Amino acid sequence: MALLEVRDLRVAFPRGKKGEVEALRGVDLTLEKGQRLGVVGESGAGKSMLAFAILNLIAEPGRVTQGSVTFDGENLLTMSERQIRRIRGNRISMIFQDPMVTLNPVLSIGTQMIETLKAHRRITDREAHKLCVDKLKLVAIPSAESRMDAYPHELSGGLRQRVVIAIALLTDPELIIADEPTTALDVTIQAEIMSLILTLCRENNVALILITHDLGVVAEVTERLMIMYAGKCVETGRTRDIIDRPKHPYAVGLLKALPQNSTRGAKLYQIPGSMPPITNLPSGCPYHPRCERATDECRAAMPPLEHGVACFHPMHETPAEETEATT
Amino acid sequence: MSDVTDPIVETRGLEMRFSLPTHFLSREKPVLHALSGVDVKIRKGETFCVVGESGCGKTTLGRAIMGLLTPSSGEVYFRGRRIDTMDEAERKPVRADMQMVFQNPYASLNPRRNVFQTLAEPIRHLMPEKSEADVRAQVEDVLDATGCDQSWQRKLPHEFSGGQRQRIAIARALVTNPAFVVADEPISALDVSIQAQILNLLNDLQDERDLTYMFITHDLSVVEHFGDRVAVMYLGQVMELAPTGNIFDDPKHPYTQLLLAAIPKLTGGSFDAPRTPGELPDPVNPSPGCPFAPRCAIAQDICRAERPRLRPIEDSGTMAACHFAENSRELIMDKENAGVSG
Repeated sequence: MALLEVRDLRVAFPRGKKGEVEALRGVDLTLEKGQRLGVVGESGAGKSMLAFAILNLIAEPGRVTQGSVTFDGENLLTMSERQIRRIRGNRISMIFQDPMVTLNPVLSIGTQMIETLKAHRRITDREAHKLCVDKLKLVAIPSAESRMDAYPHELSGGLRQRVVIAIALLTDPELIIADEPTTALDVTIQAEIMSLILTLCRENNVALILITHDLGVVAEVTERLMIMYAGKCVETGRTRDIIDRPKHPYAVGLLKALPQNSTRGAKLYQIPGSMPPITNLPSGCPYHPRCERATDECRAAMPPLEHGVACFHPMHETPAEETEATT
Repeated sequence: MSDVTDPIVETRGLEMRFSLPTHFLSREKPVLHALSGVDVKIRKGETFCVVGESGCGKTTLGRAIMGLLTPSSGEVYFRGRRIDTMDEAERKPVRADMQMVFQNPYASLNPRRNVFQTLAEPIRHLMPEKSEADVRAQVEDVLDATGCDQSWQRKLPHEFSGGQRQRIAIARALVTNPAFVVADEPISALDVSIQAQILNLLNDLQDERDLTYMFITHDLSVVEHFGDRVAVMYLGQVMELAPTGNIFDDPKHPYTQLLLAAIPKLTGGSFDAPRTPGELPDPVNPSPGCPFAPRCAIAQDICRAERPRLRPIEDSGTMAACHFAENSRELIMDKENAGVSG
């Protein structure tokens, strides 16, 4: 059984008097134990919405309109708040973008860590303290013991995010959801934090959902990849395969547009236009107005996700035997 | 740089110090050193990239050159004339000739001014001799040049996407026909699929208008594509200054090498080994030695005692501020190998 199964997940927000607008428009994903998945997309593509929906954390007035999120055999979306607390922050941990916002500025690091631990475990203060110091050491925070008394503002951005990771690891989670964990950090610190997350996930067989806009980070850290566009998954598969042989024209365009993928000084490939807002989506495939391969078919209907790609005219044809097997 | 003759922009010994509030129990007056002695020469027509992490002084350098900040000491020259000591009246025509594009187009455009007002303002202010007809013509020209539609003139910033806003911000910078443009992280607030559009636009405009760019960024992959020469900054100092190819093929300074190793690669595999936590040292109390010494794998006693000067390294065309720049790569490699076996 997969660790996490998401089926046809949809999230909508009210708009106008009676209308609703869908921010997440039917997303499926399967995550095995210890597997690392990257979710890539532009702002507004629905990637953070997916993370919040998985944890049943969609805030009013938004709501999950359809779908299921099965974690270790239980549907998180139908659980009571009491039941889901056994899982959220315990078996599934979260790391968010800005550690200064995640951490409480008026509580010491130690207080925040022990509080988290005691919310999920029956444990004495002394034991909790020891465990917290151990986790701070695990994330390579220098002089961990004395940092327990420090306040967030006394730490650098990189150390703060290390503390956040230590808190996420306190309950020995089976899944970590990290939403742009290094976007607020400098490049050298990003490299430190991402290699730390990668090592910890590998060594402890922790599954990871890494939400980011950076294809380079995804290539370094994840095994599987999902590319989102306008609330939908447009391509999914092994990270290596998609980066080497992308099928969806959007994925192809994103990769081609990277300065790394073009000759020094040459003109960059550019995708024309920009992603449409979810309040004003075109008919059919949401990418068709920007797509050079679009036909009438694309303007008429949304292509289903088949062989990991939602496109009527994918770039690399699927191998013949695979096509036969499904027809 | 001895090889740059007749630069369009030059700084000599530029220093920027900010006094911080004194602690109420302390007699000490803390001073933050944002720039400590920066000498750069920017050639006409080139793209001069300034790279570094937050707090390294790259934005301060841009702003000091633009005259948005007054340097604590040092000199700034534009087309051979010293500009940092000019009074406002003298400076006005110079300002028309040097303009700036900021990082965040959501913050840099006045939300209550339509595009025409935003674009007309710099001409009216800096070129008072222009007639209203000239202003209108110049606004129309710059909109065409930057790929903006003429119908945008009456629209307000909130009606545009991030990429469109950045085009408008670029149009505003170019509307007075400047020769020199400082672009401070012009693409970092934009979505990936939009970044290439803006980079290409900047490139085309450079060719069409014979522009000189100072391009401030933290993203080395953009530099590799876009830059002619690169200055790598750390804690208010230039660590390495070299043609772009040299920076990527043969980086001399250990900090440049650290920055390069931090770029996530599409081929993967470079984040596998855990890295030791590094921290920017405190710019308030800089040590007498090399600012990078606390993070440097090969730092020796001399590095902690004596600040290395930016100097030419052999005849490579690279300048670096490192006591061991000639063989830093070998030394770091030896160190790594010793770490693996030991």
